[in-house]
Amino acid sequence: MVSIPRVLKSRWWRFPITWWWRSLPLRVVLTVFLASVLVLVLGGFLLMQQATLGVIDGKKETAKNEARQAVNTAQQQLNAADLTGGVNVDKLLLDLAIGFANRAEQYEVIIITPDQTITAGNAVASSIPPSLRKQVEQSYDLLMSPTRITYRDMRPTVPGLAAGATLTLPLTGQYQIYLMFPLTQELKTLAVLRTAVVTTGAILVILLTFIAALVSRQVVTPVRAARRAAESLASGNLRDRLKVRGKDDLARLAISMNYMASELEKQINTLEELSAVQQRFVSDVSHELRTPLTTVRMASEVLYEAREDFDPVAARSAELLQKELDRFEALLSDLLEISRFDAGAAQLIVEEVDLRDLVYRVVEANASLAETNNTEITVHEGGEAKAEVDSRRIERILRNLLVNAIEHSEGHPIDVLIESDDAAVAIAVRDHGVGFEASQARQVFHRFWRGDSARARTVGGTGLGLAIAMEDANLHGGWLTAWGRPAMGAQFRLTLPRKVGAILETSPLPLVPRDLVGPGGTRFDGLEAPAPLAPSSPASPAPRRAASMETTVGPS
Amino acid sequence: MSETTKSPGARSRVLVVDDDAALAEMLSIVLRNEGFEPIWCAHGDKAFSAFKEAKPDLVLLDLMLPGRDGVDVCRDIRAESGVPIVMLTAKTDTIDVVEGLEAGADDYVAKPFKAKELVARIKTRLRRMPVSEEVDVETLRIGDLSISVDGHSVKRDGVQIQLTPLEFDLLLALARRPWQVFSREVLLEQVWGYRHAADTRLVNVHVQRLRSKIERDPEHPEIVVTVRGIGYKAGETVQVR
Repeated sequence: MVSIPRVLKSRWWRFPITWWWRSLPLRVVLTVFLASVLVLVLGGFLLMQQATLGVIDGKKETAKNEARQAVNTAQQQLNAADLTGGVNVDKLLLDLAIGFANRAEQYEVIIITPDQTITAGNAVASSIPPSLRKQVEQSYDLLMSPTRITYRDMRPTVPGLAAGATLTLPLTGQYQIYLMFPLTQELKTLAVLRTAVVTTGAILVILLTFIAALVSRQVVTPVRAARRAAESLASGNLRDRLKVRGKDDLARLAISMNYMASELEKQINTLEELSAVQQRFVSDVSHELRTPLTTVRMASEVLYEAREDFDPVAARSAELLQKELDRFEALLSDLLEISRFDAGAAQLIVEEVDLRDLVYRVVEANASLAETNNTEITVHEGGEAKAEVDSRRIERILRNLLVNAIEHSEGHPIDVLIESDDAAVAIAVRDHGVGFEASQARQVFHRFWRGDSARARTVGGTGLGLAIAMEDANLHGGWLTAWGRPAMGAQFRLTLPRKVGAILETSPLPLVPRDLVGPGGTRFDGLEAPAPLAPSSPASPAPRRAASMETTVGPS
Repeated sequence: MSETTKSPGARSRVLVVDDDAALAEMLSIVLRNEGFEPIWCAHGDKAFSAFKEAKPDLVLLDLMLPGRDGVDVCRDIRAESGVPIVMLTAKTDTIDVVEGLEAGADDYVAKPFKAKELVARIKTRLRRMPVSEEVDVETLRIGDLSISVDGHSVKRDGVQIQLTPLEFDLLLALARRPWQVFSREVLLEQVWGYRHAADTRLVNVHVQRLRSKIERDPEHPEIVVTVRGIGYKAGETVQVR
């Protein structure tokens, strides 16, 4: 949660991107909106272009016809005119022009003679494009050209069509007649059309966007329902099912999801049943094996007690029988314990205890074993070490670690370190015995793993102790890690969260023994400088902390 | 076996209820070796009649029995008598143990056990708490109860309350040192004779059983008070009118 404002600050440009990828409906709606705007703008543009072309073409056609008619009429009038009486040509043309202008209001007439310009209407002669004028002067055809019509009064110029032709007056010469057709009406029509297109477009865009929103909602709602169902399934509610409506793809998705859920439920139920069967089996084996074992053990005890009355062979056999029965029993109980873990039947019975008490209890209980091995055990505690643990299991871990250390110490002293921080408590058991290869740091926890198969087994141990310890640590959400080097001993570190269910992040103790990394901490004569030892576990913040804390708690 | 309640000559009778013939025979050998008189019963249905007939000083009871279940047999016997009952069980981690204890068993031994261990348990149960020299009063008070140490009886307002020997020992242990808070481990050592840490469920279950007999309101105990995180202590002594 803390990181979000920082992201906003430094990566503000990412925000729209994340926003874009966060919501499917939003993405659909936005896409549809943009696409429909694009399509409608393009369509409207094309439509308007076509409409304009059509309207203008139509006007051109009409104008041409009208112009041709008008020019013919004019020509006929001129041809029919009696020119014998020295009629004023100008007057004649003026009449002609006025006549046209009166007859039709669609155009204005401009007649250009070599001397003057006669206009009927308000258009100014400069409205005639010069190119048209030039063409008309050289041709007898009716020619047309677009133009802008300027009026004599203050009216704004208007786009229009100019048609020009040459009139021939027998004997007198040639005159150019121009007809100016303003496009006012057509422009008005097009403006109305444009408004209609834009309005329709806008409404269409809004409607399309709305429809897109609706559709995407329709699609997303069942998908979201499916997602929720999947999440619910994942969190263990195996009975949750999706509602199936209709027969479409989404319905089929729901059916598949439901099928998957029921299959999952079936599988899990089967597994649970198997696990229950396994548990019952373990429990039955436990009972069935233990009763005869009890008899055997008691019988062996009776024989052992009476061994002094036997001949040496029988006496030694009774001794061996007794001793091996202990091992057999330990092995059996370890096996049962392991199978209980495998069946998932192991349960934590948690209470808050000071782990130091457990350590002292275990050390005390194993004092005689240490003594027979000529090993000295020193406990280095660093303040209170309360944690919520299953003391039976933690004691078992500690016992396993300690017995393991004693077995491998070869008479060298053993250090037990207890250290804690706010979140975790760590206990390390350090021996200076044979140690093991760095690559074996994981294997030591394997079931029935033997460090050195060539070495004769002198002390007990079922080969399951560390595996059980590992399971016990995992059950607590704790870590059990091993460090070892040949001839430099080994250190096993147990880290437990103070609260049940808390996630461990660091261990209060380094994985690598402090006496190897700390200043002046070398204990072995054969070891001059502490070699930079890579921790076997990546989770360990070992060397740094070790160096800084050496002064507070050092091996005494 | 001079520590037993019987007169020095008599041997303590131990009823062994177990369906496993070999184990029963082996138990008989060991018990006879240790100076007890074993009686064997192999069937759950016959256990109770065997008990009534033999009147044993202690019952060794397997929880898994043909016929009547061990827990039920335990309940039957306890309804009739306060005789010490030691369960033999192969399942220590299940609720069987708690069920057996709640049904009235005083202690349990987990298979496979050592003969010495079993004998030690039996002897502890047969041996009554030695009358301590430091306490010379005959009658102790705890809450509104008066305990007659020699007479092994507990009275409230002159009315006797029936307690099993174990429950009496538990109450006596608390009453002798009313100022002391007893941890479960200490009680296990003093009452059950365990020298090493053992199953604290023993203490919990028997404190509950004891309370149900002596407390006016077992939900709000005034005589055996729980001290959170530590254990139990005797309640304030009330002046009896």
